[in-house]
Amino acid sequence: MNGKPGESGPAESRRAGSRMRLAGLVRKEFLQILRDPSSIAIAFLMPVVLLFLFGYGVSLDAEHMPVGIVVEKPDQDTSRFLGSFRQSRYFEPVLLSTMPEAVEALESGTIDAIIHLRQDFSKKRKTSGDAPMQVIVNGVDANTARILSGYIEGAWIRWLGHEAIAEGTDLKIPVQMEHRVWFNSELRSRNYLVPGLIAIIMTLIGALLTAMVMAREWERGTMEALMVTPVARREIILGKLIPYFTLGIGGMALSVLLAVFLFNVPLRGSVIVLFAASSLFLLTALGMGLLISILAKNQFVAGQAAIIVTFLPAFILSGFIFDINSMPAPIQVITHLIAARYFVAILQTIFLAGNIWSVIAWNALALVVMSTVFLGISRRKFRKRLE
Amino acid sequence: MWRRVFALTVKEFLALLKDKKSRLVVFIPPLVQLLVFGYAATFDLKNVPFAVYNEDRGNFSRELLSRFRGSGNFTEVAALRNEGEISSVINRKEALLVIHIGPEFSRNLLKGGTSPVQVIVDGRNSNTAMLAMNYARTIVNEFNRTWSERSGRTGPPAHLVTRAWFNPNLESRWFIVPGIVGLLTLVVTTLVTALSVAREREQGTFDQLLVTPIRPVEIIIGKTLPGFFIGIAEATIIILATVFWFDIPLRGSVLTLYTGIILFILSAIGIGLMISSLATTQQQGLLGAFLFLVPAIILSGFTTPIANMPPFLQDLTLLNPLRYFMVILRGVFLEGAPFHRLINQFWPMAVIGMVNLTIAGWLFRHRLY
Repeated sequence: MNGKPGESGPAESRRAGSRMRLAGLVRKEFLQILRDPSSIAIAFLMPVVLLFLFGYGVSLDAEHMPVGIVVEKPDQDTSRFLGSFRQSRYFEPVLLSTMPEAVEALESGTIDAIIHLRQDFSKKRKTSGDAPMQVIVNGVDANTARILSGYIEGAWIRWLGHEAIAEGTDLKIPVQMEHRVWFNSELRSRNYLVPGLIAIIMTLIGALLTAMVMAREWERGTMEALMVTPVARREIILGKLIPYFTLGIGGMALSVLLAVFLFNVPLRGSVIVLFAASSLFLLTALGMGLLISILAKNQFVAGQAAIIVTFLPAFILSGFIFDINSMPAPIQVITHLIAARYFVAILQTIFLAGNIWSVIAWNALALVVMSTVFLGISRRKFRKRLE
Repeated sequence: MWRRVFALTVKEFLALLKDKKSRLVVFIPPLVQLLVFGYAATFDLKNVPFAVYNEDRGNFSRELLSRFRGSGNFTEVAALRNEGEISSVINRKEALLVIHIGPEFSRNLLKGGTSPVQVIVDGRNSNTAMLAMNYARTIVNEFNRTWSERSGRTGPPAHLVTRAWFNPNLESRWFIVPGIVGLLTLVVTTLVTALSVAREREQGTFDQLLVTPIRPVEIIIGKTLPGFFIGIAEATIIILATVFWFDIPLRGSVLTLYTGIILFILSAIGIGLMISSLATTQQQGLLGAFLFLVPAIILSGFTTPIANMPPFLQDLTLLNPLRYFMVILRGVFLEGAPFHRLINQFWPMAVIGMVNLTIAGWLFRHRLY
């Protein structure tokens, strides 16, 4: 080769050899995937089943909430008030005659709130012009309780408006709040939960795929067989990453299709950016799984570790459902170590808001750092175990 | 019989706890998670970053804004000077909420008219957006009430007096932390049992066990007890932390609570053992546990209400023991629910546990390879 066989020859043939070995490993891994359907099931079946279950199952949109209404002395005033509840899709009004009955229903969970209009409601309304309406909500689920009292307030304001029109006056509120919600005007919780779920499902799949695959090689003793061949450690790791990365991206593509066509989540950003960000995240998740499987000496520990460091943190600390800004400062610091946090931010932005570079760039950078760290440590630890 | 069961139980405990790493993994991570998740898992909004675009020069807009700043829920991050800045500050996630007050605000108020205030919210997280709007509306309503009183205007003919029972300050931590008791107990118990039979099958010691005089029932009991005691210990530690560290009120009776815990752990062990007896390797056992745990946690009502799910999924959750345990935990902790009100939660867990344990015992004999 170009007249200097002594110098460039070995280096070049080494490189060619490396490529060949890597191609061989990748081919072997693909064959294994094709013959043993379990990894295909993890990569393609799992996202579909999980996204389907969770896309429908995880929802914060409360509708048809059972509300008990106790009217001690029904008359025209109170029936108009009831009407404003019957029209709303948020409530399922249940008429109850006495307060003890309503309390019993609240305690047993058949209703979520009680609205109590006392006997003197109409009288007070006419004489003093300010009648109290008692509202009791079951506060156990604080979030739902807050949403419910917001809806009750909305129904109350609507009723006031109707009353004012009926009496021919206009309702004078000093300051009227007009709200506009950007990116998700109907406040559909699915629009932000489904992109977040994709991040969680990809975390699971990435970590499971690699943890399973590496453990299998150790278990069957084929890893030791690989050690005595000229294959470099880097090549072993790459040989594992490339096929499972391909599988993972396939699963990701499937999830995005489901999100857009089944759950009707708008995809406002570009598909290419989405693909690039997903690749980065998948590398991080695979690196995490790789590291776990290398560090854990037995499968019990590996299994516990996989659930503890991947699924649960991705579920709770990623900002997917709980707002990170509202967490105490030390916890906010911890969330920076959760790869899913960055991916959730990117996904929610790309899906709902579009290509907003200031959000995407920083989070993508964090993913680059994390994947480098995970893969780097994996490579070092991998060598140590072999010595 | 009991001597054999005892011997098996001792052996199971040893297999589980002799390794330092598995010992650690059973107790330390759940406690760390309790602490981290207990603080992290909250729907309450604090320090919502908001920006202000105030075109009004009067006092009243300033008074309204100071109510936002003083509420503890909002933190002002920027004062905008033109309308164009609104979109950039929201797009970049610097502010969740922008309050836009028009130039006529104070003048209109003084004239006795209605002044609009525009609130623009980032809807990327619709729940946060809705809560932030609710907080904002509460502040505006309070402002209106004081203004009406001060200016002698007539207020609305009726007003709402809202109170929350069982959780008067509507702290979502009171809802989430008792749920974590169920979550972590489930994870630990299922993992401990899901691998127990699979490990023996993999190592070939299960066949040896089957040819000894020990009967399947005794194997079941021997395999159940370690998971049972570890589950009880785990749950007790977490409950103590819930009461003494997180200050969550425990209003019901401890006896009712433990009835629930025992039934719940039995049902979790039943599922774990069934997964384990189906699996031929630990790998499969682990995967099976994973595939059960993830949906069981997400579809349990732990974070999002079951009532919001479509009917077919609501029916599916009837198979999930965690679903019943969540109701018991929150009922006993917050509502002080008496024993008889929770009977409908107790029996399904008992059924789930019995059915799975029976299937597992049957599989011991009939799945031999």
